[in-house]
Amino acid sequence: MKALTFKQGIHPEYNKDLTKDKPLKNAKRPEEVIIPLKQHIGAPLKVLVSKGDQVDMGQKIADSDSFVCAPIHASVSGTVKEIRKVTDPGGNIVDAVVIEAAEEDFLNSGLEKHESLDQLDAAQIRKIIREAGIVGMGGAMFPTHVKVSVPDDKNVDYVILNGAECEPYLTVDHRVMVERPKSIVFGLKALMKAASAPKGIIGIEENKPEAIESMQDAVKDEENIEVQALETKYPQGGEKMLIEAILGREVPAGGLPLDVGVVVNNTSTAAAVADAIRDGKPLYERSISITGRGINSPQNLIYRIGTNIGDLVEEAGGLKEDAAKVITGGPMMGAAQKHLNIPGVKGTSGILVLVRDEVEDYEPSPCINCAKCVDACPMFLMPTQLVNYAKNDMVDELEEWQVLSCIECGSCSFVCPAKIPLVHHLRLGKAQVMAKKREEN
Amino acid sequence: MNNELIVTSSPHVRARDSVQKIMWSVVIALLPAVFAAVYFFKARAISVILTAVAGAVLTEYIFQKIRNKKIAVKDGSAVVTGLLLALTLPPSIPLWTAFFGSVVAIGLGKQVFGGIGQNPFNPALVGRAFLTAAYPVLMTTWTVDGVSSATPLSQMKMDGIATDTWNLFVGQIGGSLGETSALALLLGFAYLLYKGYVNWRIPLAMVGTVFLGTFAFGVDPIFHLFAGGLMLGALFMATDMVSSPTTKLGRWIFGIGAGLLVVIIRLWGGYPEGVMYSILLMNTAVPLINRYTRPRSLGEVR
Repeated sequence: MKALTFKQGIHPEYNKDLTKDKPLKNAKRPEEVIIPLKQHIGAPLKVLVSKGDQVDMGQKIADSDSFVCAPIHASVSGTVKEIRKVTDPGGNIVDAVVIEAAEEDFLNSGLEKHESLDQLDAAQIRKIIREAGIVGMGGAMFPTHVKVSVPDDKNVDYVILNGAECEPYLTVDHRVMVERPKSIVFGLKALMKAASAPKGIIGIEENKPEAIESMQDAVKDEENIEVQALETKYPQGGEKMLIEAILGREVPAGGLPLDVGVVVNNTSTAAAVADAIRDGKPLYERSISITGRGINSPQNLIYRIGTNIGDLVEEAGGLKEDAAKVITGGPMMGAAQKHLNIPGVKGTSGILVLVRDEVEDYEPSPCINCAKCVDACPMFLMPTQLVNYAKNDMVDELEEWQVLSCIECGSCSFVCPAKIPLVHHLRLGKAQVMAKKREEN
Repeated sequence: MNNELIVTSSPHVRARDSVQKIMWSVVIALLPAVFAAVYFFKARAISVILTAVAGAVLTEYIFQKIRNKKIAVKDGSAVVTGLLLALTLPPSIPLWTAFFGSVVAIGLGKQVFGGIGQNPFNPALVGRAFLTAAYPVLMTTWTVDGVSSATPLSQMKMDGIATDTWNLFVGQIGGSLGETSALALLLGFAYLLYKGYVNWRIPLAMVGTVFLGTFAFGVDPIFHLFAGGLMLGALFMATDMVSSPTTKLGRWIFGIGAGLLVVIIRLWGGYPEGVMYSILLMNTAVPLINRYTRPRSLGEVR
């Protein structure tokens, strides 16, 4: 099988060996969980419980009537201790339900269990996905049921599962693909049925041969599903890159994969869909890689949503003496954290700890026009030029030069020999254009 | 862990390249040409090269001091400029002239625009252009082993005498310090290409255009490839990152444009050589070229 890829991109050091052979294991059950009430892109939720309530694991604790949202569920059985503001891994201050865990957990989600997809139609599957609170688990946290709700004027012919896991260090999707391939395939078939898509493709980077083998084995009797090897290159797992690589289709600027007949989901998301349909289990736990040279005993854990990431770090042996930076997510797009006292959410796929030596002082020097950023950008933008426009508030030029197409993958900053934080300026440039658009409306 | 955690925006890992590494790699890439110069022109080459480099570094230092900027001479960019300028000078040039050329190259070619990254022109060529205008006689006196001789290009232009191709290629000819040996220049360029610190489109387009252009007008294209400053200019000056286009299409246009200008000047111009002016003229067009060659972004509908 020939490995496919997109044009341009970069080759960071992958560092997956730290955790790639560590099987997923359940993290210690937390004594208390702090569950943020916004773990999706979309409308805010209304809290359904109040202080003192007894809740069961899997019970819905927040929801809304809006279409674009995903409900939140209790991740342990216990008592609602309080509802208060917390800072989530994205740095947002949000309401959160604090639950003190009881002695034991009882799964009580109200979701029925379905052995097979035969009894379910597309609308029913979408309903289950919604009720289970499933969002994109690669990190974006976009509600999955919205993704597979195809408008009448659109036709979807492919559901692509993203098993690229192109972020260095992270090995979560890798482990799920190796350990739970059948669940992924079941979830993929559910997503295909929900989106009325005849075909499914699972795209996996070549640096995960065990995952490719495992998934190939799981789909060998499936006529409409295939596994596609992808070149190991960042950001191969970007939605648009994935579609370009596998199908040669270009998602139009400002458009969605739906516009080219594709729905993309993460492999771990597919496994969560399977759990919801077969076991009536909402998304209240997920897998995570606790990794990096600043962690004493790197590993892959399954943790309850709302677990303090400090506890997860402790479970992985704690921080080393020279730990200098803690990142939720991967090194390319993850967010650096000021402290460990924050709850893990549905999109938290990794905790990466870098040591002092790995965290250089990057003092930017003037741009020398080397164009390495131009040659790296997977969206074919010109970061060097856009940065000048952003610094000088040239909003019309920013828009004309397509700053809104920036996917913030960080490839430009990565390659820059002058260590200019290009993607940071591009984010600011995007904000300038968005502000102008809001003003115009 | 007692110290504070570091918080910065993503990405949290970076490639190991740096401006300093790039500049010093260019210096390394020029070493074969330097050795060739020393081989052909002996101690004279060493003194001219050292003088020009010293002039460039000193000027850079003084400007940064006056402007209250961080002293960044160790980034190697001034060394590159001094070295490149030296390689374009005749071996018989008085040392003070070489020094003066470097002062102008860094001062007027680079620092007045704001220093590294800001110069629209290749600084070394600005220095050379100044010397050519101010000291035309010194800049066109070619001496090999104490005997004055003309360069292959001027022999060809003035007297119609061709030079042996092999001598042209290895550098057994009259000419500027670093322009004589195409072989040495190509070796250095191959090193930069291997390091990923140079683009190949500009030199290929420029050299290719000169080859095809001279061929089309019935003169010996091989001669024109290896004579004069084409190799040095195309491989190391037209490819100067700061003063060349950032788009792939732009690099083709830049290279072809510079190549055409070389052909025009060499065949019909008053000077025997035109590489310097070709590159400087194309430098002026770079902002425009970048503007009109922006690649179509993924999914963009034009």
